[in-house]
Amino acid sequence: MLSIAAIAKHPVSIALVAALALAGCANKQVPNSAADIGLGGAGGPPGSQQEFTVSVGDRIFFDLDSSSIRADAQQVLSRQAQWLNKYQNYTITVEGHADERGTREYNLALGARRAASARDFLVARGVAANRIRTISYGKERPVATCDDISCWSQNRRAVTVLNGGSS
Amino acid sequence: MQIILRATFLIATLVAGLGVAVLPARAVVEIDINKGVVEPLPIAITEFISADGTGAEIASVVEADLRRSGLFAPIEKGAFIEKISNPDAAPRFQDWTVINAQALVTGKVSETADGRLKAEFRLWDTYAGQQLIGEQFFTSKDKWRRVAHIIADAIYQRLTGESGYFDTRIVYVDESGPRNNRVKRLAIMDQDGANQRFLTDGRAIVLTPRFSPTRQEITYMSYEGGQPQVYLLQLETGQRELVGNFPGMTFAPRFSPNGQQIVMSLLRDDGNSNIFAMDLRSRNTTRLTTANAIDTSPSYSPDGSQIVFTSDRGGRAQIYVMSASGGDPKRISFGDGSYSTPVWSPRGDLIAFTKQTRGEFQIGVMRTDGSGERILSSGFLQEGPTWSPNGRVVMFFRQPAGSAGPQLYSIDLTGRNEQKIPTANYGSDPAWSPLLE
Repeated sequence: MLSIAAIAKHPVSIALVAALALAGCANKQVPNSAADIGLGGAGGPPGSQQEFTVSVGDRIFFDLDSSSIRADAQQVLSRQAQWLNKYQNYTITVEGHADERGTREYNLALGARRAASARDFLVARGVAANRIRTISYGKERPVATCDDISCWSQNRRAVTVLNGGSS
Repeated sequence: MQIILRATFLIATLVAGLGVAVLPARAVVEIDINKGVVEPLPIAITEFISADGTGAEIASVVEADLRRSGLFAPIEKGAFIEKISNPDAAPRFQDWTVINAQALVTGKVSETADGRLKAEFRLWDTYAGQQLIGEQFFTSKDKWRRVAHIIADAIYQRLTGESGYFDTRIVYVDESGPRNNRVKRLAIMDQDGANQRFLTDGRAIVLTPRFSPTRQEITYMSYEGGQPQVYLLQLETGQRELVGNFPGMTFAPRFSPNGQQIVMSLLRDDGNSNIFAMDLRSRNTTRLTTANAIDTSPSYSPDGSQIVFTSDRGGRAQIYVMSASGGDPKRISFGDGSYSTPVWSPRGDLIAFTKQTRGEFQIGVMRTDGSGERILSSGFLQEGPTWSPNGRVVMFFRQPAGSAGPQLYSIDLTGRNEQKIPTANYGSDPAWSPLLE
């Protein structure tokens, strides 16, 4: 899987995962991979996967049952577009996700709509549409697994995953 | 292919002078399950006579089926007065009425000369003093549980006037591993949780399996390809097949009542989802909705003429009904909250749904015009109703707050009889089979 590959490629990110997990509130959030950490921390070399994930920000969040791009998300996506326009060798997959507070099939559709919203924003900022693939995971892949809003709001997300290219 | 041979035996001589004893017309004992509250019927189910433990095992499966239906109250065996030694002879009815057994089941299990299982049973009306049913079955020994379920169905049908649902199976999604990295496998089991086996290996996420009404086949959604798509799986051969070649995600599949079509959602490039039907022979697809909306979870009416589905075209998810050939949908859910996963009852009279309101998830039913909404169960997270083939029971899955995973439950239409369905691991997305052939 891509996320496992990402960890293997960047052992330093494993340490980061561990540090964040310790710092965070107990057990509420168990990141899958470097891609699940979100913003902040030290970026990698320019043009690297790690720079994209950590410094640019690989994910945006949505309001409940919404696929509108929030103001904070617009900033992240604008940075992503800038970065992707600079490093043209990458193709990307935009993963759309939903929280667990919806039924399964509806949430598959909602995740798809979120991925499409993020993709459309990137395209509007100049990223070629043929570099972007989308996929919905519905509520199948939460990153935060507690049963309250603190987790649900992290799970309502679109994650931009770099597919390849040199880094 | 008939796996279990079934015969009614008319041994009228059993009951003195009652040549018509097997005719149902004179029965005293019956259950009116259309009443609001049903007092469970006291019934004595004796161990079937057999050389080994099979007779007792079959009787206990029959008893468990009837007890879980909520319509029967099997009497403790310790209270029995008469010990049945010859199940072909009429019982001493007063020995059973005195312990308030209104119905009595006796039986015998033996081995035929060619090594097959022969099971016989009789259902007696103790107050009328007559036999209501007498049947025998021949099958291979490993099918003994099916024989027990068929017997339970026969008793249920004779005493309630409606067909049973015990000789059925459930296909569902087995869940294991941590919540943020679940392994999901298709699994199948008898409706009482016995004979569980896996149909996929867990390498790909699989969701929402549903039975064909006419073949040993299911349709489901899987992430095994690059895009999540709808597949068919032949239960007898294990053969899998992608349904159609669509550019985007396909999901929420369900068979038409005649088994010849699949209706499902197809994701559009703009992020909306519409409903399509595919003819499984010609593989032609027909687009049924066009709204700039999420249209999903379609389910046919049992006569195949209409489709109920979820749409957020009005803002929030609500339930709509349209002709099976498409056309203008009519919204039928108007309560406080959002509604999804509508499923048409096999009887045609009701639609089961999941409702989200005030931070809760509810399983409910409404009439097909949206009137008469009744909530059967409320909780932190529960969804995905599926109907028993007789339209009397709904199964769904529930995950309480703070728990590590979901489990399967059934509840009858009164909302009073809720039963947990045992599964090996966590379970979700149950789908009830038709009565087996």
